[in-house]
Amino acid sequence: MAHPVTSTSTPAIDRPQSGLALGRLARRPESGSFLGMIAVLLFFGVFGGSGFMSAAGAASWLNIASEIGIIALPIGLLMIAGELDISVGAVIPAASLTAAIISGHYGLPDWLGITAALGLGLAVGLLNGLLVTRTSIPSLIITIGTMFGTMGLTLGLTVKIAGSTGVSLVPDPFTKEILGDYLGGMFQVTILWWVVFVVGLFWLLHISPIGNWIYALGGDKESARNVGVPTKRLSIGLFMLSGFSAAFVGVSEVMVYQSAQVLAGQSFIFNSIMCVVIGGVLLTGGFGSVVGIVFGTLTFSIVNQGIYFTSLDPNVGSVIIGVLLLIAVLTNDTFRQLALSYSSKKGGRS
Amino acid sequence: MNDKPAILELKNVNKSFGPIDVLHDISLKVRAGEVLCLLGDNGAGKSTLIKTLAGVHKPTSGQILMDGQPVTFVGPSDAQGRGIATVHQFGGTFPLMSIGRSFFVGVEPTKGWGPFRIYDRKRANEIAVRAVRDFGITRIDDGDRLVGGLSGGERQSLAIARAVYFGARVLILDEPTAALGVKQASHVLRIVNEAKRRGLAVVFITHQVMHAMAVGDHFAVLIRGAIAADFRKGEKSREEITDLMAGGETMADLEAQVEGYMETHEGHPPSPQVLEVPAAH
Ligand SMILES: Nc1ncnc2c1ncn2[C@@H]1O[C@H](COP(=O)(O)OP(=O)(O)OP(=O)(O)O)[C@@H](O)[C@H]1O
Ligand SMILES: [Mg+2]
Repeated sequence: MAHPVTSTSTPAIDRPQSGLALGRLARRPESGSFLGMIAVLLFFGVFGGSGFMSAAGAASWLNIASEIGIIALPIGLLMIAGELDISVGAVIPAASLTAAIISGHYGLPDWLGITAALGLGLAVGLLNGLLVTRTSIPSLIITIGTMFGTMGLTLGLTVKIAGSTGVSLVPDPFTKEILGDYLGGMFQVTILWWVVFVVGLFWLLHISPIGNWIYALGGDKESARNVGVPTKRLSIGLFMLSGFSAAFVGVSEVMVYQSAQVLAGQSFIFNSIMCVVIGGVLLTGGFGSVVGIVFGTLTFSIVNQGIYFTSLDPNVGSVIIGVLLLIAVLTNDTFRQLALSYSSKKGGRS
Repeated sequence: MNDKPAILELKNVNKSFGPIDVLHDISLKVRAGEVLCLLGDNGAGKSTLIKTLAGVHKPTSGQILMDGQPVTFVGPSDAQGRGIATVHQFGGTFPLMSIGRSFFVGVEPTKGWGPFRIYDRKRANEIAVRAVRDFGITRIDDGDRLVGGLSGGERQSLAIARAVYFGARVLILDEPTAALGVKQASHVLRIVNEAKRRGLAVVFITHQVMHAMAVGDHFAVLIRGAIAADFRKGEKSREEITDLMAGGETMADLEAQVEGYMETHEGHPPSPQVLEVPAAH
């Protein structure tokens, strides 16, 4: 009985792939966002003048990038897994205030305030995860709900305990050094923490086997479950990761600015989602990369801060970001199509 | 003839989703070196039945026996770990993932140790590409290619190749030939026969009489979640089987009997022996 094998001119499987570098590059999720980042860098390099190019200029957008970046990474992972998390916008101030009330208002040790704040982030994440996996309500709605819940509780309890909507905290020298310091007088130490998050989540998504589960979950939840991916535990874990990261940013903020405000953090919701989408993550899940999210975050922050170095009206910055978002989605679509149709052997037969 | 040991056995299994009863009192044996064909109309419960065998669903009541011992599958990976590999009716592959990654979802090959185990991309790609090429899809030579770039049939072949690779003891195929061309479909049938020859138990769902006749040793017909007919190869003529599958007169007759029985027996379905299948015309 003949094996139904079509004749093939290149039967070898492990062929050298050198000539295909461009094709390989084109199918990476971050290709589009890399081009976008270069474009805005060039734009503000030219129109932002020497101020943008200086160390202080770089610090201004890197500081912004580090805070959004720490949140955008887990949001991106959630989005690859097919979920959204809006509640980060409330977890940031809730964590700031938890730390400020415990360590500032009550004067307890810093580590206690920090642990409680991070624990709060994990708890909100756990709640999100449980609600999302136990009901059929979309995570967008659930996390909007938990956002308002967290916000209301934060406001109510803060006013009740501290008597105002802002609480200050003077961190002890060690805490200040690891979480709230400025390197060289201008670069927030948060930038280094961002690097830690990038390395950690790069490992999780692209090197450890768990990354495979995240893509599978976002690609086809049903099939992922059928082949034995622990989809519920994975979703819950990812929500806890984003809750933790948001709380971490909240803690860093209170250590840097030495005060916590109830209404800080709302801007992070849209901004982090924009960074992720500009970074090439597919809104409906299943596609994206950590490097892309980093490029997206940098692009966003460069525009966000670079605008102040130009003679343009700062409001133009928002317009640029809006346009950038649309262009990003379009080019990322194109790159994804390229990736899908890409075959190392052109003009396949049979 | 019935001396082959049952690898998997369902005993009086019921399955309901909330208020919806899908499987009624299913008792079935899946024997080593035998192909069990599950036949039945759309919505009869075939997929639900094999999902119970694959560890996706837990029976609401009743028992699953493996090698004569009662087992409870914790989840699909538990069943997979015991050598039960399944190709589910829809999906099974992930369009935006690479061929290698898609092939190994849930059972990723790793290198390194402990918490530093990392996904072994090279090995995954090699094995996946070899498996699909063995399947006759020789157009594929790059495990980094995205699955979504393959044709529907190629994707299905990939899913089947995966199951064949992981199915050490039981191979469950839910309408595996639905999207396939003639050549690939006949290849699937050959794979099924080969698996049977190697002593695997195969559960095969199809709506195509020719395919069922070509490989089946043992046939079970599901009607509304109950086993309405259970017979071996040669016990019924091709016409009768066709009729059962096509929902023809015989089918209509059985259906009426099942309904009548369930009405008078508080919703319990009859055992297959109770039903009288009219002789073929
Ligand atoms: N998770 C579920 N929740 C509720 N009802 C379900 C669920 N899964 C299946 N059903 C119902 O069980 C019945 C049997 O479905 P099943 O998929 O097993 O049919 P099938 O025999 O495989 O049909 P087909 O030939 O169309 O594939 C259908 O009525 C379906 O609606
Ligand atoms: Mg089905």
